[in-house]
Amino acid sequence: MLREKITPDTTKKEIGQISEISDEKILDCLQCGKCTAGCPAIHGMDIMPHQVIRLLQLGQVDKLLASTTIWGCAACFTCLSRCPRKVDLSKIMEALRLIVLRTKGNQRLEIDKVPELLAKQIPQQAIVSGFRKYVK
Amino acid sequence: MQRVGVFICWCGTNISSTVNIEQVVAALENIPGVVYIKDYQYMCSEIGQNLVKDAIKEQNINRVVVASCSPRMHEATFRKAAAAAGLNPYLVEIANIREHCSWVHKDKEAATQKAISLTRAAVAKAILNEQLIPGEVGVEKRALVIGGGIAGIQTALDIAEAGYQVDLVEKTPSIGGKMAQLDKTFPTLDCSACILTPKMVDLALNSKINLYSYSEVTEVNGFVGNFEVTINQKARSIEMEKCTGCGICLAKCPAKKALSEFEEGLAKRAAIYTPFPQAVPNVPVIDRETCIKFVTGKCGLCAKLCPTGAIDYEQKDQIVNQKYGVIIVATGYDLINLDRFGEYQYLDHPDIITGLEFERLVNAAGPTGGKLVRPSDQKQPKKVVFIQCVGSRDKSERGKAYCSKICCMYTAKHAMLLRDKYPDCEAYVFYIDVRTAGKGFEEFQRRAVENYGVNYIKGMVGKIFPGDNQLQVNGVDALSGELLQLEADLVVLAAATQAKPEADEVARMLSISIDRDRFFTEAHPKLRPVETHCAGIYLAGACQGPKDIPETVAQASAAATKAIGVLSKNKLVNNPCVAKVEQAVCSGCLACIKICPYEAITEQVIEEKTRGKVRLRRVAEVNETLCQGCGGCTVACRPGAIDLKGFSNQQILAEVDAICR
Ligand SMILES: Cc1cc2nc3c(=O)[nH]c(=O)nc-3n(C[C@H](O)[C@H](O)[C@H](O)COP(=O)(O)OP(=O)(O)OC[C@H]3O[C@@H](n4cnc5c(N)ncnc54)[C@H](O)[C@@H]3O)c2cc1C
Ligand code: SF4
Ligand code: SF4
Ligand code: SF4
Ligand code: SF4
Repeated sequence: MLREKITPDTTKKEIGQISEISDEKILDCLQCGKCTAGCPAIHGMDIMPHQVIRLLQLGQVDKLLASTTIWGCAACFTCLSRCPRKVDLSKIMEALRLIVLRTKGNQRLEIDKVPELLAKQIPQQAIVSGFRKYVK
Repeated sequence: MQRVGVFICWCGTNISSTVNIEQVVAALENIPGVVYIKDYQYMCSEIGQNLVKDAIKEQNINRVVVASCSPRMHEATFRKAAAAAGLNPYLVEIANIREHCSWVHKDKEAATQKAISLTRAAVAKAILNEQLIPGEVGVEKRALVIGGGIAGIQTALDIAEAGYQVDLVEKTPSIGGKMAQLDKTFPTLDCSACILTPKMVDLALNSKINLYSYSEVTEVNGFVGNFEVTINQKARSIEMEKCTGCGICLAKCPAKKALSEFEEGLAKRAAIYTPFPQAVPNVPVIDRETCIKFVTGKCGLCAKLCPTGAIDYEQKDQIVNQKYGVIIVATGYDLINLDRFGEYQYLDHPDIITGLEFERLVNAAGPTGGKLVRPSDQKQPKKVVFIQCVGSRDKSERGKAYCSKICCMYTAKHAMLLRDKYPDCEAYVFYIDVRTAGKGFEEFQRRAVENYGVNYIKGMVGKIFPGDNQLQVNGVDALSGELLQLEADLVVLAAATQAKPEADEVARMLSISIDRDRFFTEAHPKLRPVETHCAGIYLAGACQGPKDIPETVAQASAAATKAIGVLSKNKLVNNPCVAKVEQAVCSGCLACIKICPYEAITEQVIEEKTRGKVRLRRVAEVNETLCQGCGGCTVACRPGAIDLKGFSNQQILAEVDAICR
């Protein structure tokens, strides 16, 4: 079995970015699972909210960047309101999304497809967020 | 001529890793008056103390400066060493280069400079130190115990056993505290009442112990050996001496709407009540808020029925003033309020209860006679969910950041009692971690899992949805990542413990400190766990931090021993660092009288001869046995006539000069 490396160098940068963007302390989490237990959007997630934090603690950002979870979070703050450690997962989810969106050359949308999408009534903000990203 | 010896401690590496000791030594060499310098790894050790003693004898030094840890830690140690070598102990001065320096700085260069400044200041002060001789005060051979839970009971019994008089003040109508409410107790599962009530009876029968129940301490003055305390005995509306405890009044009282505090609100009680049948004293009290006689003026039934005429509606609060040598605080703890934990629905559903309510529901003397039934419909539950850490280890505004320490164990106890009594009832425990450090504790909790089939789930409950008949508990098994939905009949919440709400007030009254969670603070977390910073005041039990009964009792006996140590002395030495009035300089304004919190300053009229005439003049005078050396008067005195011995204005200024040089 392949062992996972804990906090490999390549992902350290993202961990730092996530802390910076979200201003949340991932080491505060006790892994109690209360966030997961109460999450109303859990059914669209392939990694559970408490596991998101655990993977971050282990430095395994890649799995998270590829997960459906970060797009499924509704930013409803239910978890924050109950978390005994005041961890705001919605901010961490947002930070993870931003890392994906801000990656260089990662064009999320093709301009030509926009009219069709608009017709499907995708919110304007979602479309805007697909383009205007500062990439460092 | 002052000959100062300076002793610099490395404190292992505590000081020496941040402070360059060689540089400190070098810097002190040129200070006038310093004739001897020595540094050593552990100045407080026997070898270190001998360095001080030898230098006093062989180097003829007559002032000692020890640059080391806080004087709170070892001032007494070095004073004793100096005294043993024949030097007046008040000629010793401590420079705190650990807590005030090495521990709080990282920059070695800056820390070294600061250590030099602090030591220089101590030298400057030491040069001006004078020999002081402490006076003596008598000791009032009587102890006051505040709080009558198991902690207070044990302390009182131990002190009485040693032959001293004890007064125990309990706020509620009976002693016993939380332990009286418990059913069985971990880790041995012996019945709480069977081990507690004999102690309560012992206490009641002990001629050395005087119990003030339904009473509160309202004022404390004085100091170790001589505390002056005011106790308010609330009006019980019953004459204690006449009442035989027959209970006729309790049974016949028509006002039975109040919720019983002892039964955690699970049962009603009469307006005239004893909290529980084994109460000590077994004398009822009338709750004047719900008694019909007090509310409307009618009724008066109990007075008519009482065979000994013990009921007295006119009774007033009584004030007792008493002197004590020592005080033990044993005011216990509470559970937190759960109104901010909406997801658990505690306030909205009767079948969601706290651990303490569970104790009453399984207790043979409880409201259901020990039959575990759901409060909503009196039916026996088939599935019970326990949730641990409700509000504990919680950094948010809702909870307490600390671990409540007892709930892992009592939850295991509850689940086992349940499975034992009702083998067909399932038990589930949601936990974050199981913490069972303690003798026999781990084995106890594992028994719940291995022998009693209690389902432990590492994970939490997100929300409880009350359904028609059952409670839908939505949780997660965090290890497997499985989402769980349990249809429970009863949910038991292990609510966090917390300090008593009135702890601040008690702390202020006694001049002792509380921590950020409002538990009382011990003098040293490791070495002085039952003492407070106020001499003669000790702590016992859960008022100092969450504790189970074994720990509470151990601490209670420890506090008793400390108290007995003081009570067994005929005289205590006074702190000689008290205020002194230079009467020639005193203008007689008496501002100092107003500022002194200990009423140690009085007005005196002295005779003075000026130009051949005798004149009377008013001046201030300090009563040295009352003065606590707080120094308040010295700042209030405009002409500067008052100085604190050992801390004179001149000495403080010399320190400031030495630092600013
Ligand atoms: C549900 C539950 C189950 C438990 N089960 C166990 C168990 O099985 N085994 C075990 O070892 N421990 C158990 N415990 C812990 C146990 O209750 C405590 O360890 C113990 O009660 C602490 O005793 P205490 O005397 O310090 O405090 P308390 O029991 O709180 O007593 C304090 C007393 O001081 C009085 N008081 C408070 N303020 C004042 C004041 N200002 N003036 C005068 N009097 C005052 C109070 O009225 C009270 O009588 C359990 C706790 C809970 C909540
Ligand atoms: S609720 Fe908070 S502490 Fe618990 S697992 Fe989720 S983020 Fe961690
Ligand atoms: S904020 Fe996101 S992770 Fe948290 S409960 Fe809502 S949907 Fe779930
Ligand atoms: S006078 Fe008050 S306490 Fe006595 S029986 Fe009537 S209601 Fe009850
Ligand atoms: S004792 Fe156990 S249940 Fe109680 S707060 Fe600590 S970890 Fe939580």
